[in-house]
Amino acid sequence: MGLKQDVEVLRGIPLFNKIEPSKLKLLAFTNERLHYLAGEEICREGEPGDAAFIILEGEAEVTVATPHGPLIVAELGRNDIIGETAILCDVPRTATVTAVTELETLRISKENFFQLVSQFPQIGLQVMAELAGRLHHTTQALTAARARLAELEPAGAAII
Amino acid sequence: MDKSIFRYLMRHSFKAQMLILAMTVASLPFLYASLELPKRIVNDALANEQGGAMWGFRLDQVDYLFVLCGLFLLLVLINGAFKYIINVYKGIVGERMLRRLRYELYGCVMRFPLPHFRRISTGEVVQMINAEVEPLGGFIGEAVALPAFQGGTLLTILIFMFAQDWVLGTAAIALYPLQAYIIPKLQRQVNLLGKARVRQVRYLAERISETTAGVRDLRANDATQLERARFSKDLYKVFDLRFKIYQKKFFIKFLNNFLAQLAPFFFYSIGGYLVIQGDLTLGALVAVLGAHEKLYAPWKELLGYYEMMWDAHIKYDQVIQQFDPVGTRDEQLQTAEPPELDLAGPLRVINLTVSNDDGSMTLDGVSFSLELPSRVAILGPAGAGKEDLTLVLANLLMPNGGRVMLGDKDLLRLPESVTGRRLTHVGYPAQIFTGTIEYNLLFGIKYRPVRPATIEPRAKAQWQRERLEAERSGNSPYDVEADWVDYQAAGINGPDELPAVMESALALVGMDRDVYQMGLRGSIDAAARPQLAASVLEARRAMGERLQSSNLGRLVEVFDVDRYNTNATLAENLLFGAPMGDELQIERLASHPYVRQVLDRSDLTERLVDAGYRVAETMVELFADLPPEHEYFRQFSFINPEDLPDYRTLVGKVDAGTLAKLSPTERERLLALTFKLIPARHRLDLLDEALQASIVVARHRFRAELPPSLRPAVAFFEADCYTAGASLQDNILFGKIAYGQAQAAERIGDLIGEVLSELDLRGRVVEVGLQAEVGVGGSRLSLAQRQKLALARAILKRPEILIVYDATAALDPGEQQAIIERCLESFKGRTLIWALGRWEWAEKFDQVLVMRHGRLAALGSYAELNKDGSALDDMIAA
Repeated sequence: MGLKQDVEVLRGIPLFNKIEPSKLKLLAFTNERLHYLAGEEICREGEPGDAAFIILEGEAEVTVATPHGPLIVAELGRNDIIGETAILCDVPRTATVTAVTELETLRISKENFFQLVSQFPQIGLQVMAELAGRLHHTTQALTAARARLAELEPAGAAII
Repeated sequence: MDKSIFRYLMRHSFKAQMLILAMTVASLPFLYASLELPKRIVNDALANEQGGAMWGFRLDQVDYLFVLCGLFLLLVLINGAFKYIINVYKGIVGERMLRRLRYELYGCVMRFPLPHFRRISTGEVVQMINAEVEPLGGFIGEAVALPAFQGGTLLTILIFMFAQDWVLGTAAIALYPLQAYIIPKLQRQVNLLGKARVRQVRYLAERISETTAGVRDLRANDATQLERARFSKDLYKVFDLRFKIYQKKFFIKFLNNFLAQLAPFFFYSIGGYLVIQGDLTLGALVAVLGAHEKLYAPWKELLGYYEMMWDAHIKYDQVIQQFDPVGTRDEQLQTAEPPELDLAGPLRVINLTVSNDDGSMTLDGVSFSLELPSRVAILGPAGAGKEDLTLVLANLLMPNGGRVMLGDKDLLRLPESVTGRRLTHVGYPAQIFTGTIEYNLLFGIKYRPVRPATIEPRAKAQWQRERLEAERSGNSPYDVEADWVDYQAAGINGPDELPAVMESALALVGMDRDVYQMGLRGSIDAAARPQLAASVLEARRAMGERLQSSNLGRLVEVFDVDRYNTNATLAENLLFGAPMGDELQIERLASHPYVRQVLDRSDLTERLVDAGYRVAETMVELFADLPPEHEYFRQFSFINPEDLPDYRTLVGKVDAGTLAKLSPTERERLLALTFKLIPARHRLDLLDEALQASIVVARHRFRAELPPSLRPAVAFFEADCYTAGASLQDNILFGKIAYGQAQAAERIGDLIGEVLSELDLRGRVVEVGLQAEVGVGGSRLSLAQRQKLALARAILKRPEILIVYDATAALDPGEQQAIIERCLESFKGRTLIWALGRWEWAEKFDQVLVMRHGRLAALGSYAELNKDGSALDDMIAA
């Protein structure tokens, strides 16, 4: 697969859909395309992160370690982004991502990601919008969870 | 240094000057004789038909003429020989003095007090040591000889003239007093202008170096026009000064010429009258006229000398003034051999004060006492005086007041052979010097030569000459080629143990992996190290087996003479080997006649030029909007930013179908791009399988038809031969790591590591890495690597006291902490004083010293100072 196909795939990703094709080509050209076999880890919880990944093809699952063993928290597929939190705020990886099928990814290194954002502020805005959306989603989920917890055990609210 | 150039040159070249003088004096009688002879020829041989007598022999007129003429020729030769010898010797004396002067100035720079370097500009210092003293060499050679010789000549000629006729003699020098009065006056004005010009040119040098350093900011502010205007104005000042100098200087010349030409007027009028009167022979008049013509030359030389002397005087004066700033370190402190000293005892800092140029205090009455050995953290916010404190403790910065006592020794009076060996300091940013990694590690223990260099018998004479010349010019008595490594300082017995200690020092600062990687990327001279080459082949076999037996085989694309390697450049694929020397380097292939011939015969040229066109097109499209200094150019582009506009024009000129219209040079430029293509990496889809197959065919042709003259220019890939010119890694893998496979580089790297460890080759690879060149000022290393290297250099010295100021600042926090902890471990029982960036890291230090506003805020153990877990934070944040 060549650069042209990569650009086509990138154009399908909501985060990048407002960016000119030539910039997407630069993004694809300056970042490495990586192939994973099924079962290989893309990143591991707790390790420092130096890159984000965009899934071009294939599926992956996101797991977090719990006292009862790994817990699958999400399943990812084409166009999903992995690991942007770790490179944005310098924290270790928050989850482990494993390839379920053979996986094609575009690896965007931390430096390139920041270059990209500073070069094309609209991407920064898109990332912000995406993260704000997720935060909103998480807040809603948390509120719902609290409400349920409160319903189940009226005193439980104090714990949270 | 002496205040006046005359005192300086008399002190250092008195004997040589006297020798020149003696030779000059010895030459004068011959000169006189050569003046006398023409008269004898005219008066005796021509006028006297009887001939003459010589040494008791009677000769007839013709014979006598020829004997005298023969003598004249002999004298000409003798005079010429004297001139030659004296000139060469003068040149040597001048050059020796110049060498001495430059050496001393260079020495002064090394003794400047550190704050002085903030005040002076590098450009100025370079200008002074290199260019400004240059004319002094010429002057020094002439200083005594020229006035002596030309003065002597002048005197000889004058005596001769007076001997012929005192009236004519008087006429010849009648105008000298006038000249002697006017010319110095004019000359003094020229000198003042000359001085101003020296200053202006020096200022110019400073401006240029400032511009080169700040060109980014100039462009960022569109300030280049302003700079141009400023520079233009500065250039005008130089021009104006020169203009005035020329006016005055050439007026002096005019005056001299005029006065000199006035004399013949007297000769013809007065001399002619005397001849007519019979008071003077015609021969004498001819001789006087001849002599006067000769008089002009020395007189001109003397005037020139006068001008040169003043010039040299000014230059010397102005240079010397700049090299003696207040606080220059005593030379003795740098040259003294290390005394036997016991440095045990407490470190007492008493009322230490350091102030800036503007009078603000960076250290304000700091006093404390520390029991040593101890590991001490210095904390404090930026601007608290941490840096200056570490500099004073390392005896690198002379405080304005106060004392530092180490036991009963005054630290500030100890020579550098103590404070630069048993103590050392690592600052930020640390300077890395041009050379190899090894050179940079070892110069920390190269104090004095410990073993003379082994000199081949053939080179012996040259070596002795070099030593002798160094002595004659008062230069360094030490031979730089000698073995300087103080093995004892590194705690070892000899060179064999050196790699091990270097590696462990690098490991301590976390740079061993980097150097190992450099080793893998480096290459070796297989002919000089056949054993290592053989071991690498063994590693290649082991590696091949491992790749086959594991599922990692897909991560390496092995070189196969019948298959195109999509992870290698087109150049590597065509050569199927590594270039040796310059001739077949990748940049030159597109213009190499043989390469072009192979491509033509394989019917590839058009297709590859077309591919090059498409590369250019893509690059222009991708990189057009990036600023030229963007690092993507270095990392990813095929094209230098400065060439991009050319390629843009080129791409705009034609389209893919009409490439034949391009000139041969333009086609070459496109072809050059194709040679750098790596299909798997660049993913440009320009080399399809059919084209790849054709290139493999061309590869066979390239090898089969290779003319014998090109054989040494390429080392072909052969499964059972070491490929000289290729990197160690390429040799071990006999292939390329595949792009686009997850963690291929890491996994293959690990595998290489395993294989090398099993074969006990890891150390060898590190040794190759130690020979990697770091570039000018360490430019090929990252900032973090430079800092680590500087720290490793200090650790290799095994100092009793290591003082560190923020040396790990360029590293990421996790790594910094790991390095600090390893250093703490390594300095158990020794003293480590470390000015830290984060207070949390101070926990493992024995003592903590907190600075604020140049004063000592607290001193104690971490636990004492940080009772409630936040006191230190507050103290530093406040």
